[in-house]
Amino acid sequence: MTRNEGLGAGSGLDTGASRPTRPPEGERRTPRFVDSVSLIAGREITMRLRSKAFLISTGVLMLAVLASVVLGSVFGGQEQTPKVAVVAGASSVVDGNDELEAVPVADEAEGERMLRAGDVDAIVAPAASDPLGITVIGLDSAPREVVGALSVSPSVELLEPAATDPGLAYLVAFGFGLVFFMSALTFGTTISQSVVEEKQTRVVEILLSTVSARALLTGKVIGNSVLALGQIVAIAVLATLGMILTGQRVLLGGLGTSVVWFVVFFAIGFVMLAALFAATSAMVSRAEDIGSVTTPVTMLVMIPYFLVIFFNDNPTVLAIMSYVPFSAPVGMPMRLFLGSAEWWEPLVSLVILVATTALAVVIGERIYRNSLLKTGARVKLAEALRG
Amino acid sequence: MLELHDVSKRYGDRPALDAVSFTVGDGRLTGFVGGNGAGKTTAMRIILGVLAADSGRVTLGGMPLGDVDRRRFGYMPEERGLYPKMRVLEQTVYLARLHGWAPAAARRNALELLERLDLGERVNDTIESLSLGNQQRAQIAAALVHRPEVLVLDEPFSGLDPMAVETVQGVLADVAASGAPVLFSSHQLDIVERLCDDLVIIAGGRIRAAGSGEALREQHGSERWELLMNGDAGWLREAPGITVVEFDGGWAVFEAETDAARQAALAEAVARGEVVTFTREHTTLAEIFKEVVL
Repeated sequence: MTRNEGLGAGSGLDTGASRPTRPPEGERRTPRFVDSVSLIAGREITMRLRSKAFLISTGVLMLAVLASVVLGSVFGGQEQTPKVAVVAGASSVVDGNDELEAVPVADEAEGERMLRAGDVDAIVAPAASDPLGITVIGLDSAPREVVGALSVSPSVELLEPAATDPGLAYLVAFGFGLVFFMSALTFGTTISQSVVEEKQTRVVEILLSTVSARALLTGKVIGNSVLALGQIVAIAVLATLGMILTGQRVLLGGLGTSVVWFVVFFAIGFVMLAALFAATSAMVSRAEDIGSVTTPVTMLVMIPYFLVIFFNDNPTVLAIMSYVPFSAPVGMPMRLFLGSAEWWEPLVSLVILVATTALAVVIGERIYRNSLLKTGARVKLAEALRG
Repeated sequence: MLELHDVSKRYGDRPALDAVSFTVGDGRLTGFVGGNGAGKTTAMRIILGVLAADSGRVTLGGMPLGDVDRRRFGYMPEERGLYPKMRVLEQTVYLARLHGWAPAAARRNALELLERLDLGERVNDTIESLSLGNQQRAQIAAALVHRPEVLVLDEPFSGLDPMAVETVQGVLADVAASGAPVLFSSHQLDIVERLCDDLVIIAGGRIRAAGSGEALREQHGSERWELLMNGDAGWLREAPGITVVEFDGGWAVFEAETDAARQAALAEAVARGEVVTFTREHTTLAEIFKEVVL
């Protein structure tokens, strides 16, 4: 019963009807890859910015950053220059001393009043009986800082100077680790959901009949990377402003370079993670299954966070971390802050990171393309790689 | 003119399409008919480039089909879906822009089309807030908003209420009238029969029949004739080359061995009395489908 072929040819019945008239120039043109990618990335960003959950969580994160900077200044034992009341006649001893803030007073009685009121930390008064010609009057304990400031100390030389205060190093490690971890995970999850949403709602078939899987993936990765980087830069700016406003300029000076490197490493490192999140998520068809496939990638995000917190005082671990692509965005800025990296080391690490990212994008695109139309059961990795 | 040449596709060991060839002519509404799993969706996905064929070619106007040409195709997949949280207009405009339309023109097209599909009031509602019927209309808008030059629709009528079926039929006929090849699949054979210029029947991954509706009827239609006359038609049993299938007084259904025998029988009937009707038994698409598929 196969009466085919014969009719196939005759069915055309060419009516000679003309093609639909093309729209005027400028209204429509064949979209380039870049056009498609920017449309897709734009949609990702718009839809994300419209989500209340996203806006609120970003706001909370910003507040947390600001709060930690401000609290750091309040509880950080910010050293203040001691204030002393200087009784006329003793001013020559205090003049030109940067470590003391002198408040001239007429006599000891006035100085005593200020000392009791807590306006000054000590009184410096002339004393004829003293061999040095002055006396320092404190309230309830010897004002050591003031005495120290007035003393002449021999110069000190350390054989093994500690470059950075360990407490501060821990705080900075925690900061880099947390920001990397939070942002990478937040936007990695976002990209996963976006991929699965398209599969689950089947809109992906319409999209694939219009744009290539590569354009779709690139648009998603770029859109979410822009958001993630935007958040990182906002955090960096907020933290910097916070430090300036609370007078923690000393800390800022040491951190500035490593923060810039952190942003650079994060920008590239996130693209790599985003490609991996997108590829693994494409293997499932339901939002509930995202967790099961993206766990390995989530681990890659979490491990550097814990490593940098536990091993920020271990130069060997940090050195390894600063070259492994997944932990380099945290490890290298940390070493730069500690001053334990040569100037060329971040460049070498960056080259390794870029190469790994390129590889991740190529493999990710393959998995993504091969998995998108396979709905139902989870696609096996080998199958997704083979196509 | 959209043509498939010997297109084959296997899923693992199972052949989905086996040397499939057919043509969708310019300005022709072509119905693609087949049971579940016959290969309709696979063929359509291959036409759209969503799926790659193992072998064979798809050409448009004789030239191999490329991604740039496919940008001018309109496609409605069997598995429906749009972004649930995007607004109807926003989504339609987005798809038009992905096809290369400038923002203002994309918006104008979308508004015109949504108006025509009776979605004018709902343009700022999210897709997820629409009724199922309206979601289907939005889906049709998504396939048409970029003014496609070739249209491929997988089951466009499933899930539509009768009024929407009417609207969509009108839209499809317009697209075909503008000279575009239009291919659509459907289980609803009555709609296909009413609407289509050409038919392609597929079963088990092979094309079983293809051609214009008339040609198919000619080839697969019934060889039975029906006569109704005043007076008794019993003489028909004795007529040469005639086999009577059913008989009741002046009414008879018969098969004729040759056209000459049939003509002779008609002349005889006219001579014997008043002929009320003399027609070929009407063959429905469902009957043709059964004949070619089974």
